[in-house]
Amino acid sequence: MKISFSVILSTATYYLLPLMLLFSVYLLFRGHNEPGGGFVGGLMASAAFGLEMIAYGVNSARRELRVHPTTLIGTGLLVAVSSGFFALFEDQPFMTAQWWYDEKLPVIGKPGSPMMFDIGVYLLVIGIVSLILFSLADETEQIQEA
Amino acid sequence: MREGMLSRLGLSTTQTKGSLAGWIIALLPLSFFVFFCTLIEPVAMGEPIRISYPWIPSLGVELSFLIDGLSLLFALIISGVGTFIIIYAGGYLAGHHQIGHMYTYLILFMISMLGLVLSDNIISLFVFWELTSITSYLLIGFKHEYQDSRYSALQALLVTGAGGLVLLAGLILLGVVGGSWQLSELFGRGEAIQDHELYLPMLILVLIGAFTKSAQFPFHFWLPNAMAAPTPVSAYLHSATMVKAGVFLLARLTPVLGGTSTWFFILTIVGGITMVMGAFLAIFRTDLKSILAYTTINGLGTLVFLLGLGTELAIEAAIVFLMVHSLYKGALFMVAGSVDHETGTRDIRELGGLGKYMPITAVAGGLAALSMMGMPPFLGFVGKEIIYKSAFGVAEHHMFLIMLAVLAMAFVGKVLTGVSAGLVTVSPFLGSKTTTPKNPHEAPISMWLGPVVLSALGLLLGLSVAFSKGLQDMIVAPAMGAVLHEHEVHAKLALWYGTEPETLMVFGLSMLTIVAAIGIYIRGRGTFASISQRVTMPWNAEQGYQFALNGMQSLARWQTRVLQHGYLQGYLLVVAMTLAGFGGLAFFSQVGLVAPVWSPQFPMVHEWLIAGMMLVATVLTIRLDSLLGAIVALGVVGYAVALIFILYAAPDLAITQFSIETLTVILFVLVLYRRQTITHLLEEEIARDSPAKRIRDLLIAGSVGVFITSIMLAITSEPLVSELKHFFAEESVPHGKGHNVVNVILIDFRGLDTMGEITVLGVAAIGVYSLIKLWFARDAENNTS
Repeated sequence: MKISFSVILSTATYYLLPLMLLFSVYLLFRGHNEPGGGFVGGLMASAAFGLEMIAYGVNSARRELRVHPTTLIGTGLLVAVSSGFFALFEDQPFMTAQWWYDEKLPVIGKPGSPMMFDIGVYLLVIGIVSLILFSLADETEQIQEA
Repeated sequence: MREGMLSRLGLSTTQTKGSLAGWIIALLPLSFFVFFCTLIEPVAMGEPIRISYPWIPSLGVELSFLIDGLSLLFALIISGVGTFIIIYAGGYLAGHHQIGHMYTYLILFMISMLGLVLSDNIISLFVFWELTSITSYLLIGFKHEYQDSRYSALQALLVTGAGGLVLLAGLILLGVVGGSWQLSELFGRGEAIQDHELYLPMLILVLIGAFTKSAQFPFHFWLPNAMAAPTPVSAYLHSATMVKAGVFLLARLTPVLGGTSTWFFILTIVGGITMVMGAFLAIFRTDLKSILAYTTINGLGTLVFLLGLGTELAIEAAIVFLMVHSLYKGALFMVAGSVDHETGTRDIRELGGLGKYMPITAVAGGLAALSMMGMPPFLGFVGKEIIYKSAFGVAEHHMFLIMLAVLAMAFVGKVLTGVSAGLVTVSPFLGSKTTTPKNPHEAPISMWLGPVVLSALGLLLGLSVAFSKGLQDMIVAPAMGAVLHEHEVHAKLALWYGTEPETLMVFGLSMLTIVAAIGIYIRGRGTFASISQRVTMPWNAEQGYQFALNGMQSLARWQTRVLQHGYLQGYLLVVAMTLAGFGGLAFFSQVGLVAPVWSPQFPMVHEWLIAGMMLVATVLTIRLDSLLGAIVALGVVGYAVALIFILYAAPDLAITQFSIETLTVILFVLVLYRRQTITHLLEEEIARDSPAKRIRDLLIAGSVGVFITSIMLAITSEPLVSELKHFFAEESVPHGKGHNVVNVILIDFRGLDTMGEITVLGVAAIGVYSLIKLWFARDAENNTS
């Protein structure tokens, strides 16, 4: 993507990106009791990276994400699936919810295997959306340059 | 000093990276073997051992094991031969960069095969059956750089895999008709099952499964091709163990399905044809492994044939021949592999006089070949005598003519096998030295230990029957008892049965076989190879396989062309028409038109506003000339829907909808953007369809709209009664520990669904990613050219 710098957009993004990411994490954790959850949180986070991509170009967004999107997909799936195994150690069916601390922690909520599952969903969604966004933008950028 | 010792033992560190590992890994099958040996006595003395773990109790699937005489014999062969194969593989593939894969696959295969023979539950038996097909695929395709390896691996997988599916159908019929999934319970219900009207289809399905696995005519063609695998694999899977799985299944199910005349005729005819054909085709081959492959087909045919005869003597013959065959064939394959390894060729026309250079391998090969020919006092001789005895015994139950046919087939098969035994040992090891690609020398200990032990066992077990009843009482009789499902079974093995006329006749025929084999070998050894080059078969079973495969592929191509044409408009048309057509048909015939019910609460001003916004945006989407404008207008429709979600207390949906709409617009723009700069995009006009097309689209869109609206009206006209709603609302906090019911459902109550969905999402994303890459790559190519 030829970076047609818009000062307004790039300045806004500079401040919005961390805020959106924070908000996405907030959505992820509040999801158990209030509207939100891993899926929406993940979409929000990927929108943040999408914004970065539009403002500063795909390479910059990729740097900000730090890991390759496919790694996120794999990690997310692994985290989500492995959250189901804790029940097996307690001799319960796969994916029976396990709670590790009975009190509600501030912000995070009750830690347990459902939360772990939701974190997996969150990572996976970020991976999927940014994978598609980046690869589309990537090629666009190359064609523009050529 | 130590280095010298090691290299003399064939363990020199330079050559044996990974070879030493073979000796250590071989401890695993060895420990299995020792364990199974400790079970011989309890099983022979008393009841079969059953071990059971629940697996999927709701479907009646158990991981249950049945150790009786038959499964124990197979387990001993699998673990015993497996020990030497692992050691042999270490030497054979020494230095190969993927030797670790080989060990892994071999051990995986061994476990699957043990599971297969020891299973009591027919479903877990089937699972293990398929696992052996898969590991066989991996092992045949081990040298995956070569096209023929991959071709043969796929062929074996398709043939045995298709047979496996057929078998599954047969086993399910068996379980349903028999009323149990446990073999040990089915054994007693043989008569009831055979009287059932589904007996014939069940039998045929099971037989096809067994015949494909055990390479019976006309499914035999995959086995010679499977010789593309490295020799340890051929020795283990494709002669000693896996291909006997079909035979095992037939023996295992004999008490349930066997003994009918259908069983008798199918098995003896198919087995007989396979037996004679395999032996006949073998002598025209020039490749050592190919000869052995065809004689393996002969051996498998013999076993099926004997199980078909089904008399006590025939079962005894089958059990003994099973041992004989595993011992000599395992040994001969390893010998052939060693010859190939040390000389660089397997062609018997290029080999000769190797005995001087590879004395130990030559002796092992010679012993195995003598057992194969049925020379006294080898175990092969004992086996052959019982086969002839059981063939004579057919006269008691059937016509004399059938007895003659049986005897003739057995005789021809045995003679030709004897000729093959000469071809694979006499020709390469005796005679004058020929020049070979590599200078021959003795194979390392890892590669001659197996052949020596196995072939020596063939001799020692043969000798043992003269002065000990150990073999017949501890091994053969319990296995026969398991096949016949009787407790008091007596086996009688001997080298010399006395001077009654009948036994003399058997002995005479046995000697005649050897003489005939030697005679044919001496007369014909030079000419077999040239005959095979002149005569080509007009048609063979493999062409049938090719034909079926090509047919399936062109069918797939055709239906892909018709259904997956790649026009988005076409897909949408089909989806919309199916929904409106079938859905509408069902709805209007069941419910009919529903009059709208006006809620007493008149819509508020902001609700009017949202509805109006949606309408305007929809019209704009259709009417706008600018592509980018249309996309943005579509986004506005989505946002309006999200607003409605907020108004009607579905905040979760609303947030998701907002995020999705935003991302969709970004995606759309990215896809379109790649061709034009943004200014072009703003100006780009949408190409208009012809009026006729637009009327068609209008009709389809209209009918979908009418259908969906009617459904909505019908739903809202009824009071909403949902038990689920209460259940989730009540259970969410105590069990899910969360107040957001939607989220608790997603990640807890219906978490398994979500897991499936995210897995699909992940896979789909990777698919989309590769499609995008491909798409752009093709575009780039078109641009440059």
